[in-house]
Amino acid sequence: MTEANRIRMMSFSLIIGFFLLWEVLCIVLNVSDLVLPRPSEIIVTLWTRFPVLWPHILQTLYSTLTGFVLGVIIGVSIGVLIGTSRVAYGVAYPLLVGFSSIPKVAVVPIFVLWFGSGTTPAILTAMVICVFPIVVNIATGLATTEPDLEDVLKTLGASKKEILWNVGLPRTMPYFFASLKVAITLSFVGAVLSETVASNRGIGNVMMTASSNFQVSLVFAGLIVLALMGVALYAFFSFLESRVTGWATRGNDIAIT
Amino acid sequence: MNMTSDISAKAMPTPAPQPAPQPASRSNPVHPRPAIELQDASVVFGSGDKAVTALSPTTLKMERGDFLALVGPSGCGKSTILRLASNLIQPSSGNVLLGGREAAAKELRIGMAFQNPTMLPWLTIEKNVMLPLKIVEPFKRTFQRDRKGAYRDRVHALLEQVGLKDFAGHFPWQLSGGMLQRANLCRALIHDPDLLLLDEPFGALDQFTREELWQILQDLYLDRKPTVLLVTHDLREAGFLARRICVMSARPGRIISDKAVTMPQPRDIGVIYSPDFVEMTQGLRELIAQIRK
Repeated sequence: MTEANRIRMMSFSLIIGFFLLWEVLCIVLNVSDLVLPRPSEIIVTLWTRFPVLWPHILQTLYSTLTGFVLGVIIGVSIGVLIGTSRVAYGVAYPLLVGFSSIPKVAVVPIFVLWFGSGTTPAILTAMVICVFPIVVNIATGLATTEPDLEDVLKTLGASKKEILWNVGLPRTMPYFFASLKVAITLSFVGAVLSETVASNRGIGNVMMTASSNFQVSLVFAGLIVLALMGVALYAFFSFLESRVTGWATRGNDIAIT
Repeated sequence: MNMTSDISAKAMPTPAPQPAPQPASRSNPVHPRPAIELQDASVVFGSGDKAVTALSPTTLKMERGDFLALVGPSGCGKSTILRLASNLIQPSSGNVLLGGREAAAKELRIGMAFQNPTMLPWLTIEKNVMLPLKIVEPFKRTFQRDRKGAYRDRVHALLEQVGLKDFAGHFPWQLSGGMLQRANLCRALIHDPDLLLLDEPFGALDQFTREELWQILQDLYLDRKPTVLLVTHDLREAGFLARRICVMSARPGRIISDKAVTMPQPRDIGVIYSPDFVEMTQGLRELIAQIRK
């Protein structure tokens, strides 16, 4: 068995072990299912209530991805702007840091005030929460282009646009993908957060309603669904990253000697 | 737009330069205007109390096809002259003319290589070397059409000349330092520059690799005859490669000695152990030692 496979096996066992321990502790300590339902109960709930959950899953996925895409577009634009201009970087950075330090839960009421409850605040929350890590990573990637390399291109007569296109942006790709992995999970947090506060659809709302009806295992089923979606999207962007920016990790297995 | 007529006339991309592996070897017409001319050019960084003079007013003239080596103690402004010649910085006073015109007029095509090979890690060596063709006129006009044909052959021919033929498809991190520096030379030469600017290109290499690359550079130079300005702190490198050696004083730099190297080219690597050569480098060494005191 290779090292990588062994780690994968251990990781898998850890997950299984975690749920087994949970199940066993619940039985041994006789925990009420109103406090902490057993994983087996949660799975049963997930299975039986899945038809009800499905439209909410789609709703959350829709809010998250729309917000995420908007966030990426805005984040990349701002990042390119302040990463290519030292002046813009200096001028805009304090404001950006200020924005990013606002707890995002605090902006949900404002969005609700402006757009009413429902999908729009969820999308917007997902968007604002994921913009900042993208901006920072794009700007950092662009700002740290080797000066020697820029000099070589400038002497060739390259325009700013050509330097950005041929060197700046490809060089920034590893930073960009690292930030996408962070951003997609944050978008989830944002969308669910907003659904919990102000929506009648989405997993966040399901969990809220379920908890007020003491359907605790449904609350946990919602959590599991969220975790699974998060992992799936993270894995997707990880895969994309390894395909696009494989040069940055230079794994030994692809080295030709 | 009258500058384009001159450039495009002499170097439209040559179609597949087979079988002779010399991409676009061009006849060098006797040009009345010197390639580089510094007229009392000085460079001062900063202003007021914090002003640092990097280069005292310097006058220097290089004819087309010449090979000049700049040597001197570190921090003496060697690289400053190079950056003036490449129009990366402007003189604080005086003029810098390239091919008889203001440097910004881009009368001359320039190739440049630093000590750091700065290959783009996400591109293969072939695509790295091809990069200037994507950016420099007139090559960029037909880049989309020729990048898989004529330009590719052109890159391969040049890579073959420096012994990197089998590494065209490799990525930079798969190559040794010496190989990367050869690829760097190729990238500086692929667009057939009039002016080749080299800033300590072999500084980070071991002695054997360095001597190997001296010979490769000499061959490339004699083959294409660009005007070469080489900044180095290796006196033997300067003596072996250059036709003319200028010694610079410590900061604020100025040129204190300007001597021709009369040995005929091509030179054999063994020449660096000949009495004449040793005497010449010894003289340079003493000169620089005096400046440093």
